[in-house]
Amino acid sequence: MSAITTKSTQPSALSEFWYYFSRNKGAVIGFGIFLLVLLTAIFAPLIAPHDPNVPFDGMQRVPPVWSDKGNPMFLLGTDAVGRDMLSRLIYGTRFSLFIGLVVASLSAVAGVLLGLVAGYFRGRVDTFIMRVMDIILAFPSLLLALVLVAVLGPGLLNAMIAISIVNQPHFVRLTRAAVIGEREKEYVVASRVAGAGTFRLMFKTILPNCLAPLIVQATLAFSAAILDAAALGFLGMGAQPPTSEWGTMLADAREFFQSSPWLVTFPGLCILITVLAINLMGDGLRDALDPKLKRS
Amino acid sequence: MLRFLIGRLAILIPTFIGVSLIAFSFIRLLPGDPVMLMSGERVMAPERHAQVMHDLGLDRPVYVQYLDYLGNVVQGDLGSSIVTKRPVLQEFGSLFPATLELSLCAIIFAIVLGIPAGVFAAVKRGTWFDQSVMGVALVGYSMPIFWWGLLLIVLFSNTLHWTPVSGRISLMYFFKPVTGFMLIDSLLSGQAGAFKSAFVSLILPTIVLGTIPLAVIARQTRSAMLEVLGEDYVRTARSKGLAPIRVVGLHALRNAMIPVVTSIGLQVGVLLGGAILTETIFSWPGIGKWMVDAVFKRDYTVVQGGLLLIAGIIMIVNLIVDLMYGLINPRIRH
Repeated sequence: MSAITTKSTQPSALSEFWYYFSRNKGAVIGFGIFLLVLLTAIFAPLIAPHDPNVPFDGMQRVPPVWSDKGNPMFLLGTDAVGRDMLSRLIYGTRFSLFIGLVVASLSAVAGVLLGLVAGYFRGRVDTFIMRVMDIILAFPSLLLALVLVAVLGPGLLNAMIAISIVNQPHFVRLTRAAVIGEREKEYVVASRVAGAGTFRLMFKTILPNCLAPLIVQATLAFSAAILDAAALGFLGMGAQPPTSEWGTMLADAREFFQSSPWLVTFPGLCILITVLAINLMGDGLRDALDPKLKRS
Repeated sequence: MLRFLIGRLAILIPTFIGVSLIAFSFIRLLPGDPVMLMSGERVMAPERHAQVMHDLGLDRPVYVQYLDYLGNVVQGDLGSSIVTKRPVLQEFGSLFPATLELSLCAIIFAIVLGIPAGVFAAVKRGTWFDQSVMGVALVGYSMPIFWWGLLLIVLFSNTLHWTPVSGRISLMYFFKPVTGFMLIDSLLSGQAGAFKSAFVSLILPTIVLGTIPLAVIARQTRSAMLEVLGEDYVRTARSKGLAPIRVVGLHALRNAMIPVVTSIGLQVGVLLGGAILTETIFSWPGIGKWMVDAVFKRDYTVVQGGLLLIAGIIMIVNLIVDLMYGLINPRIRH
C-alpha cells in the first residue's frame, strides 16, 4: 500500500524529466523531427523510390516534379549523373545520424574519461591534460580537422576520427569542472570513509551526479559533428563520392548550382533541418536537466 | 592586474610550445619523408636523396630538428612554400589583411545586430518578438554556412544581380595595396566607383561569416540580460523611478555585457574556422582559402606555418579577451 502512495506523490525521474522537457514546445517539435529522421534512416530501403547510387540513362539534372520539365518518376529531380535526389537524400540520413552518433559517443567517452581523471586526481595529471586540451582548442576546430584528415587520408572514417578529436576538449572541461565541484561534497567523503575504492568513487559515486551538463553537451556535439562532417565533405575531405552524404552531395553539385539550384537546395535543407531539430532538443534538455531553472 | 597578466602568460608559453610541436610533427606524420614530399612525382636517386636529407638537416635526431625549427620560428623564419617558393610568413602577411577585413566586418555585423536583438528579446520576454528572434537565432546557429553562402549567391548574385559572385573587388579596378584593407585602399586610390565595388563585394561574405557569431551573441545577450533584469539592483533602479531605457541601457546592459564580451572573444576561433568555408565559396583571397589550397596542393610548409600562425593569433586574442574581462569585471582580477 505504501508503495502505491509513494508512487502517486513522487513522480518517476523519467516522467519528471518529460514534464519539464515538454514545457518547451520547440524541444518537442525538435524531438518529433528527430524521430522522423531516425525512422527515415532505419527504413531507408523501404521508403526510397530508387537505388541512390544507380544513374538513370538520359535523366541527368531533371528538375523537381513541380517545375515545368519535372518528371513524376523523380519527385525532387535527379543529380548531374542522373541519380534520384530523393533516394540519395533519404539514404543520406543514415550517414548524418551515424556520423553524429559515432562522433558524439567517441568524443564523450574519451572526454569524460580524461575529465574525470583530471578532476579527480588534480595535480600534475590535471595540469598536463588541461594543457593538451588548451593546445587543441588553440586551433579553429574545422582547420584542425581538415589537417588531421589530410594526414590520415580523406574519407568518412578518418573525418569522424578527426572531428571526435577536435570535439572532445569540451567534454573534458565540462566533466573536470563538474567533478571538482562534486568531489569534496559530503556524500563523496562519506563513500570514501565507507571504504569505496578509486574506481567506484569516480564512476559510481561522482560521475552520475555530473551527467546533466554532459548530456546537453552530447546533443551539441551530435549536431556539431553533422555540420563539421558536411563541411569536410563539402571541401572534398570527408565522405568520398559516390557516397550520398549531404555535404559531399553539395560539393558534387557546386559547379551546377547556378543552372540547377535544386541540386544545392535540398541537401543543405536536410542538414539544416536535422541540425536544427537536434539543437532544439538540446535547448529542451538543458531546461529539463538544469536544476537552476526548475521552479515548481 | 600585473600578476593576472603574468599568470596568463605563464599558461600561454607551454600552449605555444605544444602548438609548435603539433605543427612540427604534422609533416613527419605524413607517409614518406619531407624530401620525398617536396620532390613530388619525380624519382630521386638514393644518393641524391641522402644528400638532400643531409643538406636540410633531416638526418639529425628529431629533437635537434625540433629545437632548430623552434629557433627559426622565434626568428620569424617559417620556411618557404613548396609551390610558390615564397617565404610562408610573407605570403601570410600579404593574405591576412583580406581575412582580417572580412572577419572584422562579420563581427561588427554580428555585434550591431545581435546585442540589440538580444536586449529587446529579453525585455519583451515571451512576446512574439522574443520568440521570433530566438527562432531565427537558433536557425542561424544550426546553419551550414557553406550552403547558406551558395543560397545567397543564387539569390543576390545570379537572380537579382546586386552583388558579385566572388572576389574582393571588380577586376576593372587595380591599385597597389597600401593598408591591405580593400575598403580603405579603394578610397585612397581615388578611382571612381572602386569603394562601392569593394563594399558590395564584402556584403555577402560578411553575412555568411557573421551568421553564427550573430546567433551566438543574440542568444548570449538575451540570457545574460534575463539574469541581470531579475537582480535586486535593477528592481531598486526601477523603484527609484528611472526611465526604463536608463534601467535597461545603463544598469542592466553593463553587467550583462560581461559574459557577452567573453563569447565575442570566443568567436575569433569560429571566425577563422568559418573563413575556411566562406573564403572557399567566395574565392576570397585570404588565409582560409590559402590553407585549403595548401592542403590540396600538398604544400606542407604552408600548412605547417599557417597552423602555427593561426593558432598564435587565436591565443593572443584570447589573452586580450581575458585581460578585457579583468578590466570590465574587477572581481576576476583579485
